[in-house]
Parts: sequence; structure tokens; C-alpha cells
Amino acid sequence: MRYEAPGTIEEAATLLARESGIARVLAGGTDLLVQLRAGMIEPDLVVDVKRIPAMMDIVEENGGFRIGAGVSCARMGEHAALVAAWPGVVEGAELIGSTQVQGRATMTGNLCNCGPAADSVPGLVAAKAVATVVGPEGRREILVKDIPAGPGKSNLKKGEIVESIFLPKRPERSGDAYLRFIPRTEMDIAVVGVGVSLTLDADGTITEAGVGLGAVAPTVLDVEDAAKAIIGSKLDEAALEKLAAAASAACNPINDKRGTIEFRVDVAGVLAKRAAKIAYKRAGGK
Amino acid sequence: MAGNQEFDADRAQDFRVVGTRPARPDGMDKVTGKARFGADMNMPGQLIGKILRSPHPHARIKSIDASEALAMPGVKAVVTAEDFNADAKDRDVLTNIMARDKALYEGHAVAAVAATSRIKAQQALKRIKVNYEILPHVTDVDAAMQPDAPILHDDMFTQGLDEKPAKPSNINARHEFGHGDVEKGFAQADIVIERDFKTAATHQGYIEPHACVANVGADGMSELWVCTQGHFHVRSQCASLLGMDVSRLRVTASEIGGGFGGKTTVFIEPVALALSRKAGRPVKLVMTREEVFKASGPTASSSMRVKIGVKKDGTITAGEASLNYQGGAFPGAPADFGAMSAFACYDLENVKAVAFDVVTNRPKGAAYRAPGAPMSVFAVESVVDELAKEIGMDPFDLRLKNAARDGSKSSYGPKFGKIGLVACLEAAKAHPHYAAPLGPNQGRGVASGFWFNFGGETCSNLNVNEDGTITLAVGTPDIGGSRASMCIMVAEELEVPYERVRAIVADTSALGFNDTTEGSRVTFSSGMALIKAARKAKEEMCKRAAMMWDIPAEAVYWAEGAAHPSGPNAGDFEPMTIEEIAGSAAKTGGPIAGHHEYNADGAGVSFGTHIVDTEVDPETGYVKILRYTVVQDAGKAIHPDYVEGQFQGGAVQGIGWALNEEYIYGEDGRLQNATFLDYRLPVASDLPMIDTVIVEVPNPGHPYGVRGVGETGIVPPLAALANSVSAAAGVRLTDLPMSPPKVLKAIGATKLAAE
Ligand SMILES: Cc1cc2nc3c(=O)[nH]c(=O)nc-3n(C[C@H](O)[C@H](O)[C@H](O)COP(=O)(O)OP(=O)(O)OC[C@H]3O[C@@H](n4cnc5c(N)ncnc54)[C@H](O)[C@@H]3O)c2cc1C
Repeated sequence: MRYEAPGTIEEAATLLARESGIARVLAGGTDLLVQLRAGMIEPDLVVDVKRIPAMMDIVEENGGFRIGAGVSCARMGEHAALVAAWPGVVEGAELIGSTQVQGRATMTGNLCNCGPAADSVPGLVAAKAVATVVGPEGRREILVKDIPAGPGKSNLKKGEIVESIFLPKRPERSGDAYLRFIPRTEMDIAVVGVGVSLTLDADGTITEAGVGLGAVAPTVLDVEDAAKAIIGSKLDEAALEKLAAAASAACNPINDKRGTIEFRVDVAGVLAKRAAKIAYKRAGGK
Repeated sequence: MAGNQEFDADRAQDFRVVGTRPARPDGMDKVTGKARFGADMNMPGQLIGKILRSPHPHARIKSIDASEALAMPGVKAVVTAEDFNADAKDRDVLTNIMARDKALYEGHAVAAVAATSRIKAQQALKRIKVNYEILPHVTDVDAAMQPDAPILHDDMFTQGLDEKPAKPSNINARHEFGHGDVEKGFAQADIVIERDFKTAATHQGYIEPHACVANVGADGMSELWVCTQGHFHVRSQCASLLGMDVSRLRVTASEIGGGFGGKTTVFIEPVALALSRKAGRPVKLVMTREEVFKASGPTASSSMRVKIGVKKDGTITAGEASLNYQGGAFPGAPADFGAMSAFACYDLENVKAVAFDVVTNRPKGAAYRAPGAPMSVFAVESVVDELAKEIGMDPFDLRLKNAARDGSKSSYGPKFGKIGLVACLEAAKAHPHYAAPLGPNQGRGVASGFWFNFGGETCSNLNVNEDGTITLAVGTPDIGGSRASMCIMVAEELEVPYERVRAIVADTSALGFNDTTEGSRVTFSSGMALIKAARKAKEEMCKRAAMMWDIPAEAVYWAEGAAHPSGPNAGDFEPMTIEEIAGSAAKTGGPIAGHHEYNADGAGVSFGTHIVDTEVDPETGYVKILRYTVVQDAGKAIHPDYVEGQFQGGAVQGIGWALNEEYIYGEDGRLQNATFLDYRLPVASDLPMIDTVIVEVPNPGHPYGVRGVGETGIVPPLAALANSVSAAAGVRLTDLPMSPPKVLKAIGATKLAAE
């Protein structure tokens, strides 16, 4: 196994593209190293991206935030302006593992690992976040929700690296929230995860919304019906019930050691309501 | 059960060291990382061992071809079943540590390799060719008892029946305990409740995986460094499994990162020795966490039925239990202990408990804290809770009315001596926790529990060093703070400061045989041995002082860490301190020591009562523990910190068992959750501070009144949690663990029924 730590993303992309065997990007390594040690993968090349300065910062851009793919979840939590604008996205990132894990783990790694239960992804999907990807054919932009293809499988092409994730400028009266269900209080994997982002008008009516659902399907879902269920409402009981029903209806889960199908379907609705209420409050709604 | 009358009530009036809380002697090394655990030992020239394990839950092993693996560079030895002593005493252990004709569970060892590195050993495993004939499997206890179930052992004919059955089955044995006539008792009852219960298999969850380093010398002299609860037992097992003399094997116990009963037997140790013997070099073997889950000794799962009858005034007229326990692929599920413990908290006229010990295609179970009791007590205490509600009686009052007391005939036969159940129930009932208000979706549960405790073979040494300090050699590994307790008891007896005494766990060549650290026995039996050893040393020191004073030994007594003349008639001498006596030992006859060896009798049984408040999220089934109080009889708490630690640890393990821990098997007979991510132990943030109340009803069988405290604490929580969650959720939960999907389903089911 070769280990490389290039200084630019172009070099990194070239190394990956040229490798004929199995190649992997290394960010925080909190998924990759675990998989290596468990013997799940045996890569021929590992390209560490943490020496690429352009990928290691959070930059304010046109009123939005560009989060470098190498930025740890802990650093996101320390960025006051980001936390103020996107508390839901940050709380997803800050639920990952423990304090120690968050010091290494990145949101992009969470995304590119393509686990259905990845905690930071539903919030990004709800936020309609966009990833910038660099590959042998140059730079392109892709919606975060389009990166995962299935458990452990991504839509990135050979040699492609995510450079950053962009969270757009927030209109006034916007808020977001992420909630997950685990049977314990920490160090567990989401049985259901829900991210809700919304924007209100002056009288508290929801004008825009996004709902991301995790752990209930092969990939994180962008549930447009759930968003539609609350747009135009002031998040009254009827809207909440419609939201819950839409969230539950979107689920396509499996029965496994972590939860049953019926449980996931039920709890997706419950958490969608609870997350929406928090997001609504954060947006200034009453 | 009734040991000698050892307890000295006068002495107990003025303990000076006993009951204090000095800093633990192993604490500094443990927090600075200097303590040496199983995997911290390395020997010059050592090889790394790895074990090839069956991927199938049940398969005939038709052939094993290791030639390719052996030809790989760096591979020094391969062992299979043939490398062990086929005449070993314990055939089940022999077959468990290395499969012989059949692999009996997923993870069953089939062969092992020693190589110059871990990677090489791992690669070699892939080159060992095993030809399996896959057989049908069974992992569920009820399914395994069906007449058409796949049979694990052709020679298993149920024991304990009136007649030997005609056909083999997976039921190894039937056990029955009780007295009176339960049918008559049920006829006298106003209300009879009968319920079915289930509990999942759980793992002890010790943080340190099994680890050892073995070195078999060219002359056959061997040493083994190992993380274990009982190095003497490891020695006898390994000597037998390898066909060697006990004296040729010296076993040293490392520091231990948890055991809870799971490290009372051998798994990898004989394999490391066999590899070392074959390779002629030391071999280190360390289990991965996955191996720990799949191939060490979890506890039994159970399927139970309990029936109890009660009069309106609260008199329990009869109790009956039928218990099916599966303990993995070999006999030994603690069904008998389950049956003995089920009704132990009650003084009953009519009681009957029948238990079946069943085998399935799962790893061979090992002990886990009060083995067998938590499950049956969960079932009984759940029904008692329901009965209390049914007749409108406070659950403590119902328990007090029927409680086992001094002299009660126990449900498993013998009469109880002095016991502390009533004291625990009364203390729990009077505790502010029991009167605290509850909010919506919250519930309170109470339950009691019992454990026998054990004495056993013990041999301890005490040496008075030349400066008057004291060193203790103990043969029972310290898994719960026993070194501190040993030092406290000796300091008490010799009336010297705690800091002057040091205890070490000696290796197997330094002491006579000691039973394993199990059965909550160490502070009781090794402690009593050291008190007696200290008394001998005291007598000897009085003799030495008498010699120097030239007065009769009878005219000298011991106090304040010094020899004193008994009165003016004996002579007018200043007290002679332990330092002075030790310093001049060379002139008075040489080193001063004390020792005691015996088969300790009189371990007092211990009872406990727990109270827990929970809140259930009615929309998700999530259970939050709000408050938890443990009340337990310790006889005498030598070091209260450790006693409280045992209470808390037992409660937490019981909480895990009740709420989220479980062995989950797929249709394919494979364990689905062999990681700490999916085997859900409670994490620190799941728990409130566990409050403790130490009740002290002295055990007559120990000079200071000690009862074992290590196990009872895990017995009540399953039932206490079930009673609490049932109250909070408004529906009776009878199937453990009460994971959120199950709780939510139960709530949903009752909602539908109510509509
Ligand atoms: C103890 C522990 C607890 C955990 N708890 C949680 C949890 O609660 N919730 C949760 O969601 N996850 C959890 N995880 C998983 C893991 O920590 C997260 O998924 C984390 O966000 C991964 O980030 P990373 O930077 O460490 O990724 P890495 O391990 O470095 O990479 C993960 C994958 O993404 C690819 N990748 C990384 N960066 C890029 C890039 N820039 N471009 C293209 N591909 C890339 C890698 O090749 C790899 O396949 C836990 C892990 C551990 C060890």
C-alpha cells in the first residue's frame, strides 16, 4: 500500500486517476482506517488530502459558507458565524462519534463514505448544499444529495475528489435542525435521522423548506413531499401531521439489528415533526 | 452453608481501618498507563498466534489441509485438535477450545497458526483449507427443544429424568427444586397470575479482550502470562488439555480489564501453549473484539413461564417456575442456579422450579455475575409486581409480608442463617427515592434479588518484612479492588497503618491452589485467610518479644502494632513495635510469616433491593433512566468505595441487559452484532448517578462479618427496569431487552386494544 500526501488537489486527482488498483482518499480516516483494520478493504493507494491548504478552511462567500473537505467537524462547531447561520448542519456534524472522533472526522468524509445513516448528510440535503468536485476532467458542481449512490457506493467518478461543500446564503427568518434516533445517548448509529431547513415570511408562514431523511433507505433521501407538506403553513398541527405522513411514506428501510421497518417508518414521522418545530423556532416562528 | 461461627461482634464495635476509603493501590498505574494487562507482555523471540474460526454455525469437519499455510515464509506452526490431549479431563472444554469432528457454532476454533508477524499469521489463516459438510443449525432455546430440532450431540440424553430417554436431544438436563404442593397452594389463592418471559443472551462486555503469552521451554518447563480471573484454574485446565504435569506450568495473572465471570475458563490459553510447544518459541495470542463476542463465553438466553398465587391479604400461597436456558453448544447453562434463585427472596409453603439446560449452535457460555439468577428473578419479580397492583398492595409491603427471614426454609432446600433481605426492603421503602414524585410517562419499579456467594479453596501468605512492613501474597486475581481490602483487613488485625501493607497477586508457583475469583468469594475467603495468617504472625511476634524480654509468651499481648507485657507482673517493658521485632528477627529465629490454607465455608448469602424511575417516550419507545437506587447487604463493607462500585457496576450491567444488550442471530445462524457499535452496552451518558445504600447484617461465617457483594447487584435490575418501564408505558413488558422498537410496538398494541 502506498501513502501519498500531495499539496494540491490537482496532484491528488492525478494520483488517484493513474492508480490501476484500489485507490482511496483519506480525510479524517475515521471510516477509512476502521475499514482497513477490519480487513474490509485493502487499498493499493491512499491519498491524504489534509496537506492541501485550499481544502482546510471555512470561507464566507457571497453570504454563504464554503467548507473545505478537510475541515474537521469540531472546527465547524467552533465557527460562530457558521453555527449561527446553519445550526442544524453543524449539529449533525457534531453528533458524529465523540469529541475525539470529531477532532478528525470531516463532513465530506461522512458524505463520501455513503453510509445511509451518515449524520451530517440529512442536514446538508435539507439545506440543498452543493459540493465542488475536482477530477481529471476539471472542476464541477453537484448537489450533495446526488453524491451517494447506495450503501458504500458514490456517484463520484474515478479520480474525483470533493474539494468543498457550499452552504448558500440564508434569507432572513431561516432556521434548520437535525435530530437522530439512537437507543442510547451517544456513540451509536442513527436508526432514523431527519434534517429540516426552512424559511419564513414576515407573518411566520413557511415559504421554503427542505427535508432530508437518513437511515431509512439505501441513501439519504431528499423528501420533497415532506417539504411541500409544510410550505404555506405556520406549522400547525395539520401541517405537522402531513409532514409526518410524507416522511413516513418516503421511507424504504430494512429490518435489521438496529431497528425494524415499522419502527423506522413510525419514528421518521415523529422526528420530522420534532425537527421541524425546532427549525421553525430557530427561524423566529412562534 | 453454615460455616464456623467466626464473627466477633465486640471486635466489630471499634474498627479503625475497616470501613475507611484509602486510595486504591492499583489506581496510579492504571491511570498513567503503566499497569500491565494481558496484551502488554512481550517475550523475546515471540511469535503471533491467530485462530481460524468456523464461518458455519454447525458443520462436520471433513478435512483440514494446512500444508500451504505451513509453506509460507514466517509461518512456524499450525495446530488443530490433534495437538491436544484427547484424554483431557474436561471433554467439553477440550472440544470448545478446538473443534474436533464438528464445528458447533460460528466462531468455533478449527485451527491456529503461529507466525513471525500478525499479518503473516492472518494471511496464513486464509491458506488453511477446511472441508466442511454444512449441517442444519439451531440458535433459539425453544426451537432447540423441539423434537425435530437439529441435534448437536448424538450422545446427549437428558439427565435428571426418571427414565433415560430413548433418543438423544439438545436438552442436557432437567433440574427441579422446591417443596410443598403448588397445586394445593394455587387452589388457596384469590388471584393467580401466569406469564411467559424471554431474555436475550448478553455478554459480560469486559473492555479487555482475552490475551496471553505462552512459552514452552525445550525441557517442557512452561510459563503463561494471561489475563484471567483464576490462574490456578487456567493452570489445571491447560496442563490437562496439553497432557503435562501441573508443576511444569507456571501461570502469572496480569492486571485485568474486567471479567465479570467471563474470564473464569480457558479459550486461547491452551492454543497459545500448543503453538509454542510446536514452534519452540513464545507465542502471543490476543483476541479481537469480534472474537470475544463470537468465541468467548456469553451468558444464557432464556424462555420462562412463571405462575404465582396470592391471597387478597398479600400471602403468597404458591410459586411455580419453568425455565429453559440455552448456554451455547455445550452443557452448562446456569438453569439450575436460575431455578434455585427464582424464589429465594420468599418464604413460601409451596414452591417449585423446574429448569432445562439446553444446547444450541452458539458459543459455549461462561459465568456472568450471579449466573442464571437475573433471568429467573426477572420473571418472578415481574409477576410479584403485577400481583401487588392487582390486590392494591404496596410492592414493598407485599414483599415484606412474604420475605425470607433468618431461619426460613429456602426455596432451594437449606435453611437460611442470618440474612439481610428484610433490612434491605425496609431501607428501600424508607429511602427518599421511593417517596419522590413522578411526572407524566414516568414509572417506578422495584425488585429484589439474591445470590448464594461462595467460599472455596484458598491459600494466602503474609510476610513481615525486615522493616516491619507487610507483604501479602494472594492467589485470587484482583478484579474488584480486593488488594486494597486485603491490606485493610491485615492493617486492622495487626493494628498498623494501611500504608504499611502491600498485597500482590502471586503466581501459581508461589502458593497452593486457589479457586478462581468468582462467586463473590475473594474478600470473604482470601480475606479470612489473611486475617488468620495475621493472627498467626501476631502470635509469633508476641513470642519473639517474649523471648527478648525473657518472659513467657502468654504474658505478652498485641495492641497498637506492638507487643505489650500483659501487666506489671509480667515485667516493666516498653511496648516493642512491629518494626523492632522485625528488625531483630534474625536474632530471634529468622523471618516472621503467617499463612493460612483451607476450603472456606460459611460465605453468607446476600440480598439486595433496587428502585428505578424511568421515562418512556410514547412516540419512540425510548427509555430514559431518571433515578436509580441500589440497597444491598454487604455484611460488612471493608472498603465502602469498592462495595459501592460493585453495586453500581452490577446495576449498570443489569440495565444494559434490560434495555439494549442482546446477541442477535440471523437466519443463517451467524451473530449479527459482534461489535460494540451494535452490541449496545450502556454508555456513561445514558445513566444517572447510581445511588447506593450499604446495609450491614454481619455474616456469622467471617471474622469481620463480610458477605460477598460482587454478584447480587446484577440480579434485581432486569425486573426493576421491567416493572418501571411497564408502569411508565402502561403495558407489561415481558421480553428483554426492552429496546425501543419493542417498547413502541407494545405501546402501539395496547393502544389498538383500547380502541
Ligand atoms: C467511534 C466512531 C464513531 C462514529 N460515530 C459516527 C456517528 O455518530 N455518525 C456518523 O455519521 N458517523 C460516525 N462515524 C463514522 C465517521 O466518523 C464519519 O463518517 C466521518 O464523518 C468520516 O469522516 P472522515 O474525514 O474521517 O472520513 P475518512 O475515513 O477519511 O473517509 C471516509 C470515506 O470518504 C472518502 N473521502 C473522504 N474525503 C473525501 C473527499 N474529499 N473526496 C472524495 N472522497 C472522500 C474516503 O475515501 C472514504 O471512503 C463514527 C466513526 C467512529 C470511528
